Amino acid sequence: MSKTTRSLIAAAAFAAVSLPTLASAQELTIYSGRGEAFAQPIIDRFAEETGIEVEVRYGGTAEMAVLITEEGEQSPADVFWAQDPGALGAVGELFEPLPEEVLANVPETLRDDEGRWVAASARARTFVYSPERVEEGELPTSITDLTGEEYRGRVGWAPTNGSFQAHLTALRVLLGEEETKAWLEAMIANDTQVYSNNASQLQAIADGEVDFGLVNHYYLLRQKAADAAFPVEQSIFANGDAGNLLMAAGAGVLASSDNKEAAEDFVAFLLSEEAQTYFAQDNQEYGVIEGADNAGIEPNIEDVILASPPLDLNDIDDLEGTLNLLREVGLL
Amino acid sequence: MTTLVTGGRKRAAPAIFVIPAILVGLAMLVPIFYLVLRATEADFGTVASLVFRPRTGQLLLNTTALVAGVLILATAIAAPLAWLTTRTSLKGRRIAHILVVLPLAVPGYVMAYALIGLSGYYGFMNTLFGWTFPRPQGWLGATLALSLYTYPYIYLNLRAALGSIDASLEESARALGASPREVFFRVTLPYLRPALFSGWLVVGLYVIGDFGAVALMRYEVFSYALYTQYAAAYDRIYAAWLALIMITIAVSVIWWESKLREGAHFARTGTGSGVRSSLSSLSTLPSVAAWGFIALVALASLGLPVSVLAFWLSAEPLLPSLPALLTSFWHSVSVAVPSALLAGALALPVAVMAVRYPSPLSSAINRLAFIGYAVPPLAFALAFVFISLGFARPLYQSHLLLVIAYSLAFLALALGPIRAALYLARPSLEEAARSLGYSPLSVVAHVVFPLIRRGVIGGMVLVFVIAMKELPIAFLLAPTGYRSLAITLFSRTSEGMLVNAAPYAAAIIIFSGLFVGVVLRHEAKHD
Repeated sequence: MSKTTRSLIAAAAFAAVSLPTLASAQELTIYSGRGEAFAQPIIDRFAEETGIEVEVRYGGTAEMAVLITEEGEQSPADVFWAQDPGALGAVGELFEPLPEEVLANVPETLRDDEGRWVAASARARTFVYSPERVEEGELPTSITDLTGEEYRGRVGWAPTNGSFQAHLTALRVLLGEEETKAWLEAMIANDTQVYSNNASQLQAIADGEVDFGLVNHYYLLRQKAADAAFPVEQSIFANGDAGNLLMAAGAGVLASSDNKEAAEDFVAFLLSEEAQTYFAQDNQEYGVIEGADNAGIEPNIEDVILASPPLDLNDIDDLEGTLNLLREVGLL
Repeated sequence: MTTLVTGGRKRAAPAIFVIPAILVGLAMLVPIFYLVLRATEADFGTVASLVFRPRTGQLLLNTTALVAGVLILATAIAAPLAWLTTRTSLKGRRIAHILVVLPLAVPGYVMAYALIGLSGYYGFMNTLFGWTFPRPQGWLGATLALSLYTYPYIYLNLRAALGSIDASLEESARALGASPREVFFRVTLPYLRPALFSGWLVVGLYVIGDFGAVALMRYEVFSYALYTQYAAAYDRIYAAWLALIMITIAVSVIWWESKLREGAHFARTGTGSGVRSSLSSLSTLPSVAAWGFIALVALASLGLPVSVLAFWLSAEPLLPSLPALLTSFWHSVSVAVPSALLAGALALPVAVMAVRYPSPLSSAINRLAFIGYAVPPLAFALAFVFISLGFARPLYQSHLLLVIAYSLAFLALALGPIRAALYLARPSLEEAARSLGYSPLSVVAHVVFPLIRRGVIGGMVLVFVIAMKELPIAFLLAPTGYRSLAITLFSRTSEGMLVNAAPYAAAIIIFSGLFVGVVLRHEAKHD
């Protein structure tokens, strides 16, 4: 055996014994589809303030949802914190309803009607556009405008993205099945460009590939924070249009949790003033509790609520129907 | 002197090889078992409507076109490089060797980002000259991105074979009046065939399973359909069907490759030692041209991603994030190193069985060994979640389980170089040692291992590098609290925090690169 091999084996043995084992006294386990850069600071504050030890598992929202479903009753997770309502709905059966006092502070439209999960932060669906190639007067007033000839090949979207799919579920409620399908087909016929997520749509507009995209509001704000000159702007459609929507990213407590008290404390903490301020002021998402301070986040949350069509978020839980529709028109 | 050997010695394989090989083969059946179990829960009508539709045909066509494109382009890059670094006296060929292997360390999604970033708003051309032009995308973009970081698999396989050709063979052919071209086509190429096929197999299966690069390049292939089933539909049942179809495709590729390879292979049988080929000397002009080609490849495959990352890195001070980076690095290494060692250890008996004790059993095990690599990673990981929860609860989310899963998933990568090296080691040496009364194990340790050491270490390096950047399996199987570089990188890009993600992408490339560099340098000293 060469020296390299020997030292490799020694390093491996050392590595194998030095990683923290699972058996250590962990109090609370969170599965997070929210990214670490976003979630960890606030989880650290919770751990500091309560003295509860927290372990977090980070991954894609979809992967985490599939994992919890596979684990079922045996899941080590106490809390699932997800990016979009679709994932929360998929795990819904495995959640334990949250206590009334945790839910009380959040408007009914931003929580599951059986109380199984609750929004921790909210985001607006917006359209982004290139200020260089789009005149002020040229901005669309409705999401259905985008099927027009003047938008041919100029619009991007992300049919595989969870937020887009939640929005599409809302469209099915608002416009009806037939009309939503017709809109999708007209968009496809209009050479709408497929992207994998929100960030790549922004990049595509900056790169000059397309002039419009359909995204969540905070991606552009974070991009602008890193680069103020980034050549993309965003706006919302006219009041009452189905293209406007306020959506939840939230959390629930798993029925299989052996530490429900700490888990409920954590969800309650996400709805505390401290956490809500952090979501809004540090990360440009909207706080969801009564009186949350969402000042300075564009578009202004009051405008978004005012512009949103009348819709109960609980009516947009039929993700399966949306996926079938996407398959029917050949987008999935 | 080298002659054609058909088949191996008709001797029963010792238990020391058979038992571990059979265990490996059985372990590879775990994901298949799980998928069949899940698939049979499905409602057949729905499955049929999902699977048998025009779109699936289109996805299959796209997948085929992509595999073909990548194999052609990657071979066109790899073959001249392998020849230059083994058969010529090119100055600085060791540095060239390390340079052209390093792209293995680049995560696919970083390569795709880099290609996109080349031309767009943040691109060089825009930053330098204010030009923006359409970025590579679709089939062309995906082919380009994938070729640029998979060609080293083909390069390494070819290099191992080229480096060990017995020169007396080529020289005899020349002495018998064959032209250099004839020597290449009738002597050298047949000799390289097993290595080339091994490389193609690994790259082909990689391309079939890749999701990150194709998604960013907006080219829809079969893995896209599968991923969206899991990721958008949270659906394990229909996804299982799609995974089984993907495995069927992969298995047919594996079967086809082994049929092609079943032709005769070579081994040294004569007395005396093999002769190293003499190096062709390159005069100035070809040397410059050769380095031009190497530089072009290195610029595209390493320079691009590194400079895009450098641009992102320049936007934020690095020092504050250093402690977290180091922790992440340690997490990554603590899984990647043991996985590489275990994969090498498991691949060895499988390879010995294949090359020295050919039988229906050994070829079955050898084909099975590719299953782990061919199963879509998400499905593979779910299978291990299911099995460990059901039958080995203490293993669930343990460091050990992740190491086992990685070593099975990437065993195929280690198998290629080890098999290629074994083909070229002389069986008669082993026979002699056996007849002198040494046990099979000590023959392997003292006779075979020194001859195939390069192959084994090369195989382990491949496993290490891919384990450093792997995502879906780590998402599902890692211990909670495990923050590898790749997981952190994903977490940040998914929130659109590209600038905060850059240090982690850079760390993957730099650390894996350094590791590969150190191992290769060490190996070169032994030549």
